[in-house]
Amino acid sequence: MKYTKEHEWLRVEGDLVVVGITEHAATALGDVVFVELPEVETMVAEGDEVVVIESVKAASDILAPLDGEIVEVNQKLVDNPALVNEDPTGSAWFFKLRVDDLSVLDAFMDEDEYNDLIG
Amino acid sequence: MGWGLACLIGAGVIFRRNLGAVLAEDLDYLALHDLHLSLGGKMVPFAGYHMPVQYPAGVMQEHLHCRAAAGLFDVSHMGQVILRPKHSYQAVALALEALMPVDVLGLAEGRQRYGLFTNETGGILDDLMFANRGDHIFVVVNAACKAADIAHMTAHLSQVCEVIPVTDRGLLALQGPQAEAALARLIPDVTAMRFMDVAVLGWQGQDLWISRSGYTGEDGFEISVPASLAEALARALLDQPEVMPIGLGARDSLRLEAGLCLYGHDIDTTTSPVEAGLTWAIQKARRTGGARAGGFPGEARIMAELAEGAQRSRVGLRPQGRQPIREGTPLFAPNATPVGSVTSGGFGPSVAAPIAMGYVARAFASAGTALEAEVRGKMLPVTVSDMPFHSTRYKR
Repeated sequence: MKYTKEHEWLRVEGDLVVVGITEHAATALGDVVFVELPEVETMVAEGDEVVVIESVKAASDILAPLDGEIVEVNQKLVDNPALVNEDPTGSAWFFKLRVDDLSVLDAFMDEDEYNDLIG
Repeated sequence: MGWGLACLIGAGVIFRRNLGAVLAEDLDYLALHDLHLSLGGKMVPFAGYHMPVQYPAGVMQEHLHCRAAAGLFDVSHMGQVILRPKHSYQAVALALEALMPVDVLGLAEGRQRYGLFTNETGGILDDLMFANRGDHIFVVVNAACKAADIAHMTAHLSQVCEVIPVTDRGLLALQGPQAEAALARLIPDVTAMRFMDVAVLGWQGQDLWISRSGYTGEDGFEISVPASLAEALARALLDQPEVMPIGLGARDSLRLEAGLCLYGHDIDTTTSPVEAGLTWAIQKARRTGGARAGGFPGEARIMAELAEGAQRSRVGLRPQGRQPIREGTPLFAPNATPVGSVTSGGFGPSVAAPIAMGYVARAFASAGTALEAEVRGKMLPVTVSDMPFHSTRYKR
């Protein structure tokens, strides 16, 4: 598992990168009440706003961590946004991204580095 | 425009911050600070104080618990002020009537009433509660406005009364359908109180100033307690099986569901009481033809709006779908004409849907009117709705 400074986790699954938010992020956001997912087959660039999350406290975005194509989204989150709080690093993944070269993941933080970031 | 997660989390504070509090930097600690920390409260700057925005249960559970049982809120940041007559109670009541379009003189002893300080242009300086406590008037004002309110009262009322900020007492709110049962185990006499009654009742040898009121739409009590006794009282209430601690986050969603205004958001120096839908707070005695009609700041505008209606009105808004609409969101008629904007919005846990309030032009203010809200460049359908969104349960 790799981590971004934007509190996303990235997990390689075959030739795809699965993206979700960390437990720290889910806790900080509070109860999630709305999730808007991108369309599949959308090409995204690193830093694009791809997901809208609304919690009881605020609206926020998940940014695309990498350039790539959205190939699958987790429709379960639209029907049950609370899943983001219940299982942020498991069943509450947001989208799967096809990237050209998986080696770009090496540049992201590992778990220890991420834990240092959130202190 | 959205915010990246890191931006939001890095800021450490997700609840909307009060600019004054951010600039002030040195925040004050209130009597229950250590208790909040021991309960796992997440502390944020709010109106110049460290305040708990939520506890480990989270905003959603706290909100639902308050509606189902009882919740304890620390509202010690609010301003408590005593107006002690120099000559007569009546003179103070009449002087206070010169600051707000409200019947102060007619309020019976042992009763509390909602009031509004207005300005010369008919806007609202603050909203407040005031109580007739026999030989004096007790006032509770919003935290963010309290310095200005105290200066305002001192400037205008000092001829007739001493304006005494009460700085050695905390303020707790116990709210919810089981609030009475929980509080009555400590103080049995509260069961005799009705909505908006006030009483001085003893606990642990000291006086509590209790009102049967609150700001959640539920039955409940606000309790002014000596600061030295505040933690003991809070712990005694939290020991009751019905009671859990509730933070500012759920306080906001509870009052929004109840259709109640948050000063600085839904009402401010530009909104009149009529536009805000607060005409119920302007009793007959102060209206045209009443015993003490007019004679308050902003009389010209407020009286005209009472007679003819306001150009815009505060309304409830129900977005279709699940996406909340937030403060500042512009509102449009279906033909893309701008008609107003959202002043408070979020998710209503008891309504189980997004809810909001805002101001719209008069022609668009009827319940059922279809409007559109612009969120992130997209138009979301919203419907003008009656308030409250969740029916109130005051014990009248």
